[in-house]
Amino acid sequence: MLEVKNIFKSYAGQPLLKNISFKIKKAETVCLLGASGSGKSTLLQLIAGLEKPDAGMIRFNGADLAQTPPHLRDFGLVFQDYGLFPHLNIYENIAFGLKMKNKPAAEIQARVSALLTQVNLTGFEQRKVTELSGGEQQRVALARALAPNPRLMMFDEPLGALDKNHKESLLNELRALLRREKIPALYVTHDQEEAFALADCILLLHDGQIIRAGTPEEIWNDPRSAVAAKFFGVGNVVTGAIKLTGKKTQVETEFGTFNLYCKYKHKPNESVSVLIRQCDDGSEALKLKVEDLLFKQDQFQAQSRGAFFFVKEKPKLGQLIRLRVKVECLHENSEEKY
Amino acid sequence: MKKLTLIGCVILSFMFAACAPAAPAELVVMTHSSFAVSEAVIRTFETQNNVKVSFVQGGDAGETLNKAILSKDAPLADVLFGVDNTFLSRAVEAGIFETYASPELANVDSIYQLDSTHQLTPIDFGDVCINYDKSYFAQHKLALPNSLESLTQPEYKNLLAVENPATSSVGLAFLLATRAHFGEGYLDYWRELKENGVVVTDGWETAYYTNFSGSSGHGAQPLVVSYASSPAAEVIFAEPPLTDAPTASILEAGTCFRQIEFAGVLKGATNPKLAEKFIDFLLSAEFQNDLPLQMFVYPVNQKATLPEAFVKYSQIPAQPAELTPAEISANRDAWIEAWTEAMQ
Amino acid sequence: MNLDKRIAQEGQAYGGPARWPISRFILWALPSAFLLAFFFYPLVKIFALTFEAQALTAQENLQIVWRVTRFTFYQAALSTLLTLALGLPAAFLFARFNFWGKSFLRALTAIPFMLPTVVVAAAFNSILQLPVFSALRQPAPLTLILLAHVFYNATIVIRILGAALAQLDPKLEQVSRSLGANGAQVWHEILLPLLKPALLSAVLLIFILDFTSFGVILLLGGGKVSTLEVEIYLRVLKLPNLPLAALLAILQLVFTLIFSILYAQALRRSSHPTAPRFSIARPPQTLREKIFVGVFSILLLSFFSLPLISLPFRSVLRLEADRGDRAQVQIGLTTEYYQELFINRRNALFYVPPIQAAINSIVIASLTVLFSLALGIPTAWALAKPTNLEKILDPLIMLPLGSSAVMLGLGLILTYGRALASPIFIPIAHTLIALPFVIRALQPAIASIPERLRQSASVLGASPWRVWRLIDFPILRRAALTAATFAFTISLGEFGATLLLSRPELPTIPVAIARFLSQAGGLNYGQAMAMSTILMALTLAGILLLEKDHHA
Repeated sequence: MLEVKNIFKSYAGQPLLKNISFKIKKAETVCLLGASGSGKSTLLQLIAGLEKPDAGMIRFNGADLAQTPPHLRDFGLVFQDYGLFPHLNIYENIAFGLKMKNKPAAEIQARVSALLTQVNLTGFEQRKVTELSGGEQQRVALARALAPNPRLMMFDEPLGALDKNHKESLLNELRALLRREKIPALYVTHDQEEAFALADCILLLHDGQIIRAGTPEEIWNDPRSAVAAKFFGVGNVVTGAIKLTGKKTQVETEFGTFNLYCKYKHKPNESVSVLIRQCDDGSEALKLKVEDLLFKQDQFQAQSRGAFFFVKEKPKLGQLIRLRVKVECLHENSEEKY
Repeated sequence: MKKLTLIGCVILSFMFAACAPAAPAELVVMTHSSFAVSEAVIRTFETQNNVKVSFVQGGDAGETLNKAILSKDAPLADVLFGVDNTFLSRAVEAGIFETYASPELANVDSIYQLDSTHQLTPIDFGDVCINYDKSYFAQHKLALPNSLESLTQPEYKNLLAVENPATSSVGLAFLLATRAHFGEGYLDYWRELKENGVVVTDGWETAYYTNFSGSSGHGAQPLVVSYASSPAAEVIFAEPPLTDAPTASILEAGTCFRQIEFAGVLKGATNPKLAEKFIDFLLSAEFQNDLPLQMFVYPVNQKATLPEAFVKYSQIPAQPAELTPAEISANRDAWIEAWTEAMQ
Repeated sequence: MNLDKRIAQEGQAYGGPARWPISRFILWALPSAFLLAFFFYPLVKIFALTFEAQALTAQENLQIVWRVTRFTFYQAALSTLLTLALGLPAAFLFARFNFWGKSFLRALTAIPFMLPTVVVAAAFNSILQLPVFSALRQPAPLTLILLAHVFYNATIVIRILGAALAQLDPKLEQVSRSLGANGAQVWHEILLPLLKPALLSAVLLIFILDFTSFGVILLLGGGKVSTLEVEIYLRVLKLPNLPLAALLAILQLVFTLIFSILYAQALRRSSHPTAPRFSIARPPQTLREKIFVGVFSILLLSFFSLPLISLPFRSVLRLEADRGDRAQVQIGLTTEYYQELFINRRNALFYVPPIQAAINSIVIASLTVLFSLALGIPTAWALAKPTNLEKILDPLIMLPLGSSAVMLGLGLILTYGRALASPIFIPIAHTLIALPFVIRALQPAIASIPERLRQSASVLGASPWRVWRLIDFPILRRAALTAATFAFTISLGEFGATLLLSRPELPTIPVAIARFLSQAGGLNYGQAMAMSTILMALTLAGILLLEKDHHA
């Protein structure tokens, strides 16, 4: 359905988006994940038609959108700070898009009540925007975006301003809703939990480029780069130096020296990033001194030299513990491939 | 904080600069805003009489007089300069002036001594005449209009700029000239002028600098109601110096109106003796010699000498229009209202 | 929820009305003393002296009243509409786009506001004499009046609306676009309703300024038309009929009061909270944006610079030689007019070198800023969170704009007599005119300061003074700068000294210009143009400096 091809965009002379390409299929939810300032909101604006790309193409159902103004694109948009119209009440806010399409009053009425029911805000029609809590406002924004049956939904950090409880319940509602309505969606966030919960496909945006794309499982199993591994919180990312002893490739880190099984060839003393994943059947052993301890319901999180590990039994501070881990090479940024 | 102190100092010094105690007595002279005088001349009067003369201005001649009348219970000044003959009767009737007959009046022609009650003393006069742009008439080989009547002829269509008599004393002077010349028929004359494209402006500045083609403003009309002394001013204030005036006045009989300016001692003056001395001073040769180049008017004192440029480029009409102050005073408002009505 | 509300209400009760006697009294003490002494008392005094009940019944009076009132409304409504037509897109241009020469163009649009009418009229006229416009050589007085009003007041729309546009969340516009609203619908459904308070402010100010317009009507109307303000002037000083003048002046005050009340009500109904934002201006992107920015900025540039440019042009151009009887036309460049400014050729008593006139102007303008901020900040403060009594007082603030300058001048003469010649009355008179602008510029900004910020600051241990200094002042700074700009520029261009008693030895630049223009001669004209150029340059520099500070 949506196809973004070789998009470039710079701002005030600084390249912001470099050669971005991806597709969103029917009923698919794609999460665009990136740190703040990575250009993800700009990408949304480009797709919505609110900004023009410097180069590249955006197509929907095969049709080029370059000449389509934003109000004829039929894309729904939901922002972090809701963007509700302060001079309109809840009913008028949700009805806005339908009114713009000159729908008959009765149809608007029916659609708005249905949507209010869907987002659990029945009876809120005449309320003012300012009387609502953040979560309620975001539901209204969601209902407003859905009202004109958009061809594509776009979310710009929609849960960013909500507290944890509201966030979780709205996240679940959102997932159910997107599954049910089968609307393709592009969801921009910096929170990997949200991405994992919603996405059929995740795009990781870093420095204006998509450095990793795939299903949540694929990315979790093989993050490929230190940036991706850190962003998804897969395990502990540490740097080390390669040591070649006989046929074995080893990496020397501040947590010890580990065997490294890697399809890439490494030079001696080459600096690499490796991912240390805690794993009961891991081939490597790790010994470390507990520096700090956090209670995590059924287990404890032990911290040492900036790395985190989980243990079942509560250790004492300063105690030495032994763990089994898997050590993987994050080869994306290796200088020499194959 | 230092900034605040500084600002405070500036305000205070600004406030006190005005009310700093004057060692000698103070004489306050109220004038219209066109009043001007040489510094040396005033300083002479100050040293001779050990007095500090300060001036306040109350707008144009009419405004200044009105302000003086309105504040007669607590006069704003000791002397008022700038009542002209169109306001003379009104000023006398208002009873805001002391009587004083200056000995210097001996040197003044009796035609200027219009106030027999001696409340107001004539100081200077000037003629309001139609000025023309010499080069326009030369280039277009057009004859000069030689009477008020000729201005309504088609060859002068759209060529004349006049001032509104309701807002401008020059405009009023010209209206009075037409009234004196045409009598009751003056409104018909004005209707014909209107038909012939006369341009009416609010005041002299606009008429002269915006509309008159002979001025530096390069307007569209080569004829303007101005002063007979304006051509002299054009020579005196020229850069580079001019050998001949670019403009001149039409001086035909009955086309000009003479404005005579008076001064008087205000009732309730704090120092009437000094105020009377100031009236004498206004008539003295020293002040009268200074008048032409400061205000572009003629001295009433026969002993005063005129500057060269005045003699050369400024002319005095032989037969200006004649209306008595009493006649003007009685009818001024009605004539202006009727004029306004006719020109709508 | 209920508990929260109750706490909030009680908190308000403690912070609000309970404190009113002392704090409110302090807020109001200075402004009300000032207005009583220099506005209400003199006005009452002059009305008591001049008003007669018979004026109400005289047939010919009522005819004049009807004719003048009708024309006043007519030209004010037309002028306001035209000003909006130019100012609205201009405000949008400045608020939304960055382009080369933007700050210069913005400053340029503010210059007319402070130039004396005589100069503007001369400037307009010199443009109309260009061959291109020869077809328009004698436009109707009304056309000229409307053009001049737009020329003068467009900057008010640009400033007030521009500030509001800059505070508007651009997401609202984006959302409505994505919901299917086209450009016109975005304006009609979203922007205009949200901009309504600012729009109302601008419309009211412009309407009142056009309604009470004086110099423009007098100069460009050629005596054929007159507004209330002009008619009052005529009936006081030219064709004295004081009872009629008093009637007209009271009428004008009542109309101003009605507009202000309507405005205050409309404002209360249409106010929406907006949050201060960073600038959202960006370079134009689409072809349409580029065309809009290109075409409109050129339009603005020519509308505002063509008349203005003729002043500096004429101040260095010698046109003497083509006059007189000589056929040879010689045009040359000269700095003579500027040099001449420093020469006291006739040894005149009231001669003042231009630098001194400039200093006088700047000192008076600075004092006006100081006075009007000192009076305006507490008033705006009180009115931003008004008690019921203050809601009634609010419209009274606009009255100085609607009072006839001539009547007020006479009232001041009656009240203060000779003391009125003191130079301190010049900034006081200017403050009276500037105060409504200053208050209206500050009020919305003060109202928009979130109470939460103030509370958190005081919880963190800040004393009220430090709360003001650390929280309120930085937020207010922007609005205060706008207010100061208004006050400064109003003072620079104000030529109302004649309504009082002026001291000839202390002329401001506009007074000096008027003096040069009051006598014939090329040097006088050239010097007036040179002085006008100096005034323009001063104004431009002042605005650019203030705006630079804005962005810092």
